[in-house]
Amino acid sequence: MNRMSVIIAGIFITFFCSWIGLVAYPYLALGRYLPFVDEDTGDILPPPLSGLAERGQQVYASSGCIYCHSQQVRQIGYGSDLERGWGARPTVARDYMRERPAFLGTMRTGPDLSNIGARQPSVMWHHQHLYQPAVVSPGSIMPSYRYLYQTQKIEGQMAANAINLLPPSAPPEGYEVVPTYDAEALVAYLISLNRNYPLPESPEP
Amino acid sequence: MSATITMEPTSTVALPDVDKSLRAEIDASTRLPVVLFYGSAIFWLLVGTGFAMLASFKMNDPAFLDQWGWLTFGRVRPAHLNAVAYGWASSAGIGTSLWLMARLCRTPLRHAKLLVSAAVFWNIGVLLGIYGILAGDGRSIEWLEFPNYASAILFVSFGLIAVWAVVMFRFRQPGHIYVSQWYLLAAIIWFPWLYSTANLLLNFESIQGGAQGAVNWWYGHNALGLWFTPIGLATAYYLIPKVLGRPIHSYYLSILGFWTLAIFYSWNGMHHLIGGPFPAWMVTASVVASMMMFIPVITTAINHHMTVRGNFGALKWSPTLRFTVFGAMCYTLASVQGSLMAIPTLNSVTHFTHYTVGHSHLGLYAFFTMIMYGAMYYILPRVVGWEWPSARLIRWHFWLVAIGIVLMVVVLSIGGILQGLALLDPEITFMATLDYTKPWLFLRSGSGILLTAGHIVFALSFVLLLLKVGSPKVQPTLFASQGEDKPEPLSL
Repeated sequence: MNRMSVIIAGIFITFFCSWIGLVAYPYLALGRYLPFVDEDTGDILPPPLSGLAERGQQVYASSGCIYCHSQQVRQIGYGSDLERGWGARPTVARDYMRERPAFLGTMRTGPDLSNIGARQPSVMWHHQHLYQPAVVSPGSIMPSYRYLYQTQKIEGQMAANAINLLPPSAPPEGYEVVPTYDAEALVAYLISLNRNYPLPESPEP
Repeated sequence: MSATITMEPTSTVALPDVDKSLRAEIDASTRLPVVLFYGSAIFWLLVGTGFAMLASFKMNDPAFLDQWGWLTFGRVRPAHLNAVAYGWASSAGIGTSLWLMARLCRTPLRHAKLLVSAAVFWNIGVLLGIYGILAGDGRSIEWLEFPNYASAILFVSFGLIAVWAVVMFRFRQPGHIYVSQWYLLAAIIWFPWLYSTANLLLNFESIQGGAQGAVNWWYGHNALGLWFTPIGLATAYYLIPKVLGRPIHSYYLSILGFWTLAIFYSWNGMHHLIGGPFPAWMVTASVVASMMMFIPVITTAINHHMTVRGNFGALKWSPTLRFTVFGAMCYTLASVQGSLMAIPTLNSVTHFTHYTVGHSHLGLYAFFTMIMYGAMYYILPRVVGWEWPSARLIRWHFWLVAIGIVLMVVVLSIGGILQGLALLDPEITFMATLDYTKPWLFLRSGSGILLTAGHIVFALSFVLLLLKVGSPKVQPTLFASQGEDKPEPLSL
């Protein structure tokens, strides 16, 4: 092979084929979804995120949750996702149409979070769990996200959003632990993760 | 079968003086850019290793340094990946490519200033990117975590390198284009295309979520397959014949290996998303392409093996050859493993587990990084004009990292398979799946300590070489005396 032009042409053409197949095609086929409007209930699916949850999505990205948690429920025949109760139905492309970025994930050191909002709808549970994971789920190796919380002196009454903590993480006498805005946002996002609505292409079984 | 059309590299024995002086001139012309890229690569190797150890210890003890958001697991892990992928592996690969291109184009390196600015930009880009991840600007898109202000700088830097490469190819001496040059040319065209497409569609102007996964793994897999792999193979194709002083076994096998890699590797990405929310044909195409990867891999393996055959004794004395052959063998292993992992039945066990992490280290470390070490041991004495100060340090480096990486891949594979089998069985609680991995993650930290020690020894050796410690040597630094009948890997 001594013809430079042939080598360069080949290098371009081979790569261009995969660019068509794995970049251009997915963009055209999977990148232009519209939300599904349920005519009976008037629900817009997938539902748009609240402003706070949208901020929480950014906190999720900046904290690197995806390095242990996926957000995809695979069909029967691909793992035990449905049997584990990680979702009522497999997730489909439309489920991710609003996500920038989409947190599909490739690791399950922790459980799948596609529908964590349905499994754990309690705001307090999430705050307690983020602050002291191993106390709430014994055996967990999730790190504490206590840097998203503030310990402050109780002035008069306890703050309405103070977290109930158990020893050994409980604050000293006269102090309380309150979430920062980012922690509130992250929990709002986690609770918004509920994809158990039916879509035409993936109805609930 | 053993065609000997490949003229370069040929035996180093009895070179005409003209060749000798031309090579010395070429080597000297590459000094500044090569030492800059290699030096920064080794710096980022140490930084990346530090983040790796932090991340690994944090999996053993989640309370370790958990009070600072900057050092939370979800940030040090991508900081590790990006420091080693863009800081270490890419810089080492670029440094090696510059030298190889100058040698193979048979012309002194031109426009060194362009490359020096590229090296400066590259380091600023990586530094800003790592800072961004730790500060909370990381994008959580695997292999593309750098925020836009960092990736834009990396792209500019790479643009400078690509322009330089085009100039070099224009000024090359007429004659045969060696197989290493095909791979280098391809890597230089593919990487900026990949990097710009993926960053534009995922970070600058984000496309819809469903399509992001495909683009993400098209990039993630191709960064390995169409950037690091071609550079690694180009280096092996150069060094193995060069050290042994005999031509590559078969010219035709190298053609077959190159084109089948170009056709099939670029389609592999979707095997990271088997069972995910994508049309079946996309995943199937990637699974088929992964199977087809057996062709380039086996072709290259045969070609390399037949070149070394009969001369395995040289591994006893040549540091370059020992690292390079280790790397070339691990290329075969990692690729065969990767193809098998794409089979849906096996993938359902290994997907979402530490097995994949072991596989990445087999590819990026046992294959690519080991070949880069081999290249540095060969190239640096030639460009610096000083032999490696100590064979003992090189020996320590080899055994620490060789044992370390084998241990890491083995324990992550076992832990990953146990984890994967447990995840498949819905009767086993999720928390119990974690227990299967814990002892293996502990051993992984142990393997990391060996690798860290190896990297420190290597960095020390590099600094001693730059400082020209010791007395001048006439002979290259070898593990053992090579015997009378063997051709010498001379510093020319």
